[in-house]
Amino acid sequence: MIINSRFFNRTELIGFVALALLLFVILPLSLDIFRLNLVAKYLTYAFVGIGLVLCWGYGGILSLGQGVFFGLGGYCMAMYLKLEASSVENTKIQSTPGIPDFMDWNQLTQLPFFWKPFHSFPITLIAIMLVPGIFAFIIGAAMFKRRVGGVYFAIITQAIAAIMTILIVGQQGYTGGINGITDLRTLHGWDIRTDHAKFILYFVEVVLLFACIIAAQFIRLTKLGRILVAMREQEDRVRFSGYSVANFKIFAFCAAAIFAAIGGAMFTLEVGFMSPSFVGIVPSIEMVIYTAVGGRMSIFGAVWGSLLVNFAKTSLSESFPQLWLFGLGALFIAVVLAFPNGLSGIWQDYVQPHIDRLLASRKSKPGNGFPVTDGAPAE
Amino acid sequence: MLIGHQPKDFLLAVSGLTVSFDGFKAVNDLSFYVEDNEIRVIIGPNGAGKTTVLDLICGKTKATSGSIQFRGQELTKLRENEIVQAGVGRKFQTPSVFEDLTVFENLEISFPRGRTVFGSLTFQRDATVKERVEEVAEMIFLKDRLHTYADQLSHGQKQWLEIGMLLIQDPDLLMLDEPVAGMSVSERAKTAELLNRIIKGRSVLVIEHDMKFVEDIAHKVTVLHQGQILSEGTMEHVKNDPKVIEVYLGH
Repeated sequence: MIINSRFFNRTELIGFVALALLLFVILPLSLDIFRLNLVAKYLTYAFVGIGLVLCWGYGGILSLGQGVFFGLGGYCMAMYLKLEASSVENTKIQSTPGIPDFMDWNQLTQLPFFWKPFHSFPITLIAIMLVPGIFAFIIGAAMFKRRVGGVYFAIITQAIAAIMTILIVGQQGYTGGINGITDLRTLHGWDIRTDHAKFILYFVEVVLLFACIIAAQFIRLTKLGRILVAMREQEDRVRFSGYSVANFKIFAFCAAAIFAAIGGAMFTLEVGFMSPSFVGIVPSIEMVIYTAVGGRMSIFGAVWGSLLVNFAKTSLSESFPQLWLFGLGALFIAVVLAFPNGLSGIWQDYVQPHIDRLLASRKSKPGNGFPVTDGAPAE
Repeated sequence: MLIGHQPKDFLLAVSGLTVSFDGFKAVNDLSFYVEDNEIRVIIGPNGAGKTTVLDLICGKTKATSGSIQFRGQELTKLRENEIVQAGVGRKFQTPSVFEDLTVFENLEISFPRGRTVFGSLTFQRDATVKERVEEVAEMIFLKDRLHTYADQLSHGQKQWLEIGMLLIQDPDLLMLDEPVAGMSVSERAKTAELLNRIIKGRSVLVIEHDMKFVEDIAHKVTVLHQGQILSEGTMEHVKNDPKVIEVYLGH
């Protein structure tokens, strides 16, 4: 059942509805605002996960540096919020009023040029997607045009994540250093610290998440999605079918970067600060683990993976802070060894057949003589 | 431009082609010409450089020196996908099809439309595509398996699928690397029939060991030995060439 004119097949539709119910209805009704805000924080990683499904699951390009793009998106948003919080009025005790506090501490006397565009909200929104997109394009063009791929690409992205952290920490006056950009207050004049704002932001994020799910599903269903799969298996065959493999890899990598950046920007809004600890190697690898646990071939799996692993992380690290990292490592190894397609693979192999059988037996009971043909071509 | 004594326009003109890997010349000053609608078979012992010649033409390997002219276009300067777009199709020795995709999708990807990133995002599976895919699927004996995933096909069927993928590209020059290797007798006969049908209206360059098969299809045979041409001509001529008998056929 591949020639499908529908946007979602039945399983995906069930997944879509279940996720929408959970995120739009069940969680907001059952959780207090503190827990709901935690869920919102977990979901920011789901954006990264969706990007990784396209780039890694479908295209076979493993990036261990998604934290870079998550961070770039987050920093773009944080720069805007910080400038708004650093009005002349708020910062009159500084030696140079009107610039972010950490710049003042670092003896900067005027706003660096690259901060200036972030006075504007529309430019910030564009920059959140454009800056990581362009950065991914440059990395992608430099690597894929030279046929750097596989493990080498993964290592290089990891190195970039390390370099990015060092750069941010080192350029304290421009970036806020190791503390990051903190003390963020308002978004376009609207206080983001109140419970009410957090509630609204949660819904904004879920809507954006579903927009990204639909965008990813759209890409997956076009011929481009099939070329990504084809490329993962037989790069040469794609090349000798007349396609420029490098361009398709660059596209997948850029798309993943933009998804990650949207997640990063939402992270800044939900959590109220951005720091280099979400940019480096460890967070980048954790993002890959969320995706692997959820299932790297499944867009919905990536969302579930991000939710569940982060939920486990919070609950376990509340009770056994030392053990958590070992737990995460063990989880990753277990998934890779035993369930390469993660939770969604387990669902498809073990749960879905039972559901299908159940539905089939119920449907055939009326006895109208038609066997249930779920797999009939819808041409 | 003065044409004068220059030979008539060949579809493919390889001249002085040399490639060396760390000093070892896998192909050494090779020149040959393929005409329109010609079926050329390249034979030769193992390590003669047969596959390397195809790699050089399709851009997989870059030549150290020499030139490959295809319809007057210099191929050595083009990238692989540009060479395909110029009209050269290549089948690999081991079947390389996309196993996680269906037969239909495999053929569709090879359909020559929407080959850019944007083009493939907006690609529509319209009636033209469907008709062409079905037409080709019929030719390669896979019409009733259009929605089968390619990993469930037999070795022979995968070979046919790859030939079909080339066919749908509609290349002017088709290069096949051992198309019947590893096939059963009946598959082999069907493949010969398939090839005889698809070679109409295009030139074909085939590498093959199966002498019976070569005799069936070849217009002209080129015998390679140590990266150089040992003999060239009709099958009859080549078979009786003492040099060829010595290094190849005699064994």
